[in-house]
Amino acid sequence: MKISTSWLADYISLEGLTPEEIAEKMTSGGIEIDAVESMNKGVTGVVVGYIKEKTKHPDADKLNVCKVDVGTGEDLQIVCGAANVDAGQHVPVATIGAKLPGDFAIKRAKLRGVESQGMICSARELGLNDKLLPKEQQEGILVLPKLPLGKPISEVLHLDTHVLELDLTPNRSDALSYIGVAYEIGALMGRPIKLPEGAVFDTAEQTSDHLSVRIEARDECPHYSARYIKHVTVAPSPLWLQNRLMAAGIRPINNIVDVTNYVMLEYGQPLHAFDADKVAQGEIIVRLAHEGEELETLDGQPRKLQPHMLVIADGEKAIALAGVMGGANSEVSADTVNIILESAKFDGSVVRRTSRQLGLRSEASLRFEKEVDPARVIPALDRAASLIAGLGNGLVTEGIAQELVHSVQPAVIEVSLDRIASYLGMELSKLEVQTIFGRLGFDSEVSAQGVIKVQVPTRRGDITRDVDLIEEVARLYGYDNIPTTPIIGETTPGALTVPQAVRRELRRRLSDAGLHEVISYSFTAPARAGLFPELSHGVVPIRLAMPMSEERSVLRTSLLPQLLETAAYNRNRKNHDLALFEIGTVFHTDEQQLTRLPQEKHRFALLLTGQRRVAAWNRKAEKVDFYDAKGVLETMFATLGLSESVSYEAAAPGDLHPGRTAAIKLSGERGEEIIGYVGQLHPELQQGSDLEDVYVAELDLGALYDVVDRSIAYRVLPRYPASDRDIAVTVDAGVPAAALSAVVREAAGELLESVKVFDVYTGEKLGEGRKSVALALVYRHPERTLTDDEVTAAHASAVSALEQSFSAELRK
Amino acid sequence: MKERLEALRAEALQELQGVTGPQELSDLRVKYLGKKGALTEILRGMGALSAEERPVIGEVANSVRGAIEAVIEEKNAAFRRAETEERLRSETIDVTLPGSPLPAGAVHPLNKVAQEIEDIFIGMGYTIAEGPEVETDYYNFEALNLPKNHPARDMQDSFYITDEILMRTQTSPVQIRSMKAMSGKSPLKIICPGKVYRRDDDDATHSFQFNQVEGLVVGKGIRMSDLKGTLLQFVQEMFGKQARIRLRPSFFPFTEPSAEVDMTCSQCGGKGCRMCKGTGWLEILGCGMVHPKVLQAGGYDPEEVTGFAFGMGIERIALLKYGIDDIRHFYTNDLRFLSQFARM
Repeated sequence: MKISTSWLADYISLEGLTPEEIAEKMTSGGIEIDAVESMNKGVTGVVVGYIKEKTKHPDADKLNVCKVDVGTGEDLQIVCGAANVDAGQHVPVATIGAKLPGDFAIKRAKLRGVESQGMICSARELGLNDKLLPKEQQEGILVLPKLPLGKPISEVLHLDTHVLELDLTPNRSDALSYIGVAYEIGALMGRPIKLPEGAVFDTAEQTSDHLSVRIEARDECPHYSARYIKHVTVAPSPLWLQNRLMAAGIRPINNIVDVTNYVMLEYGQPLHAFDADKVAQGEIIVRLAHEGEELETLDGQPRKLQPHMLVIADGEKAIALAGVMGGANSEVSADTVNIILESAKFDGSVVRRTSRQLGLRSEASLRFEKEVDPARVIPALDRAASLIAGLGNGLVTEGIAQELVHSVQPAVIEVSLDRIASYLGMELSKLEVQTIFGRLGFDSEVSAQGVIKVQVPTRRGDITRDVDLIEEVARLYGYDNIPTTPIIGETTPGALTVPQAVRRELRRRLSDAGLHEVISYSFTAPARAGLFPELSHGVVPIRLAMPMSEERSVLRTSLLPQLLETAAYNRNRKNHDLALFEIGTVFHTDEQQLTRLPQEKHRFALLLTGQRRVAAWNRKAEKVDFYDAKGVLETMFATLGLSESVSYEAAAPGDLHPGRTAAIKLSGERGEEIIGYVGQLHPELQQGSDLEDVYVAELDLGALYDVVDRSIAYRVLPRYPASDRDIAVTVDAGVPAAALSAVVREAAGELLESVKVFDVYTGEKLGEGRKSVALALVYRHPERTLTDDEVTAAHASAVSALEQSFSAELRK
Repeated sequence: MKERLEALRAEALQELQGVTGPQELSDLRVKYLGKKGALTEILRGMGALSAEERPVIGEVANSVRGAIEAVIEEKNAAFRRAETEERLRSETIDVTLPGSPLPAGAVHPLNKVAQEIEDIFIGMGYTIAEGPEVETDYYNFEALNLPKNHPARDMQDSFYITDEILMRTQTSPVQIRSMKAMSGKSPLKIICPGKVYRRDDDDATHSFQFNQVEGLVVGKGIRMSDLKGTLLQFVQEMFGKQARIRLRPSFFPFTEPSAEVDMTCSQCGGKGCRMCKGTGWLEILGCGMVHPKVLQAGGYDPEEVTGFAFGMGIERIALLKYGIDDIRHFYTNDLRFLSQFARM
């Protein structure tokens, strides 16, 4: 909503207030003012002139030489290049010494050898927004109606005003009008309101002879009223009216339509004018649209109507979409003689639904949607009728044709002083509270018990209960004056839950170890959601009803596809060495059409590519490999106390390298389950992505939450020395190292403290399909020093177990 | 004999003066003091001396040995010192070359900020509540006093999946779920961080996906002044003790009264600068007293308990805190951006 201060002053005195002060007051009262703009962008010395004569410039095709009278008794010679300039026009003339916006001073000049004593201005040169003007005036000079010559243009165009741009919250639709804003400023400043004077129409002719009104859709329209105005002359509105509309951003059309818009801005009540002679039998029916009914709206669009839409009709046809837009078939045109003026209350949600469905929003629908004040239906109707009559156009007949389904009474709401005090945390006196209600224009009485009965006018439909009144008190008293207190009462302990602590710990551990956390979008492309099928087995990607793009049309079912995207993005920016992880939600359902909420799973994903360590002057670069990725996971599981519960097994899920991927298995109370995969990106996928070798992992974090071991149990430090022995064996290349360790652990018995692989070697000497694995074993007894014989015996059984289980050959 | 000893001393000391290396020194020690050395040679003649002479000559001999040994020891020490110096000299490195750093990664700046906010509120006795990102229309809107066709739904155009299921547009549904889980018990003190989604064209200040933290306190006698106290404490812990807040009346369907909260500009401290557009204030969060209808939807009797709620955008806080100029950086995850947050 744009409010011009000079117009606003019609309804409330703004004396002693700068536009900036008004803006600040309103903002701190809860109606934010986005901008305060002066209409005069720096125009001085521009006056109304009359073009007496126009002759072609002798040396320039596109220039004209005009003889202009600016009321000084001496004609000016001005060269003008505008296409629309003509003799007989009244125009804005910047005389010598005038200034235009941008500090542009007008000087005596010669144009192609012809002297020019000033400049005829376009709207844009005057700093006006010209988008509401006719096209030829946008491209050429501004053409004025007949006006006294020499009159300053700032007076003519009402430039000496400021426009306040209101950013209204949805509850304050009462401020979608000048009168509403005046009430607000009145409440903030304690100043009285001046309403437009009531209209008196003195004619013998009865409205009922011309017009009848009937409401059929009684739930959708509680009140419809109309007046009949005879013998109107449709013409352009006077300049003051046009200027006021333009300042509000509304295009002037003609004196009838302009008045309806003017009164809408004034009262917040949208009005509509029909050409009465196009309404069959002067019969107005408010009804729901028929199945299959169509209507061409004023914007020239044919509209297919639906039976929930409210229309204004005559006996034969729909003539308007109620509260949204009029019909072309009853439009006021230059030939219109008699009009029907409508003022009504339509149900907000009906208007909203219609305007949404048709994608048709108007100044009217905007106001109806938010519920107009039922008490202004008749005053606005009368005001518009009197303005139309007052402009010398037409005769308003006696009486209003209307049907009132039910009237609305001001609400009476009770609130106690105690409640105000305990809600806001400060004591206010009866007098203070009643003064505030008085400023708002709300009548109130206080009972002996301190209960205040407040009568809330219908213009403030947003106030329906005690807390709404408390807000009015608080905002007018000033939020700044509310004290600052600590909460009194029972204290509560703050803490993280286990899942929250797990996610934090992982973030900390991994970032400390050199990994960077990323956050991706939850929306992805369908093709990407199909990657890594084992990570979303049996899952139907959930599609947004109206995605912004196909790229972001489904909910992610795994994290890796976007992690790859992030890697490619970085690669394109020459960030080659990446160690990234993401902790986020994926969305799983097996329903084609959602009928219940999907499962939201917390996942962890990892991506490594490029160098493990960046090369420096003292060390070589090293490429990351599978074991770096696995090592990250092992570190993670160790951090969570889960090292013993997790194992890895070769696997070949889709989109990963079949020889370099492991399933991650978690053993718990429910037995063993695969919680994710770690492996190298399938070379085919990698090629497409223009990345170097990529190693990835993704796993279900949710599976870990229940089994995380957060109890650190101290183990006594060993008091007796350990005995170290190594074994090197050759086995078939396919034998997993984990199996060798397991057999050793089993066979060596309790004395074995640990077993570690310390070397793996393949080479021609070993023969085709063989490899050498070296294991370091540590033996120890907790309570005494082991004898050489004991160690040798245990070690011998470990060796023989390897020989038996894997046909291992001991290397000497 | 005495003369021979003194002559030996003189000769030895003379020769030791000119020694140039450890090997030469070692040779001279053998020459003069060794088993077959000059001194031993002379002392072989001790047997022929009288009992009176022997101690005298013995004393002289010891003095000569001592003098020679002292010089040898002194020379030896000098050679060792020189040797050490030489070794150290040869081991000298360029200490201005860069060191080998420990690896440094970073928590994502949005999570870094979220964790900081969480910690402040945990310290104030809040727990962290979480809820689904895909929500029902009921929890996301209706239970929050936003019935279907309510004009305030315009404030946040949403991503619907079906007529009844959508991406949550705010973390407020978590408030309803948390209240319900309390089955009418109070006090309840939670914050709800998480991702939310609104149909918005992405630009430097808008993102269709972003993060919020909302807070909710429900209990007997909770006042708007408590809300102000809580927010002031939060802002001062987050942005420093000098920070001040101001509340402006506003509108949210789920609170009444409602307020927008401004904080003194973190850049200029309130004097006015480009960041705060000269006003000295930055808008950082929205808040209010929980609307009675919302308390009811959460299973509370609004006559028995009251509550306050507040909410802020984590991106907004991060932009302000770090002076970031484009919200899209948070989601493109450029390593050159992420790595800037690998520090305290």
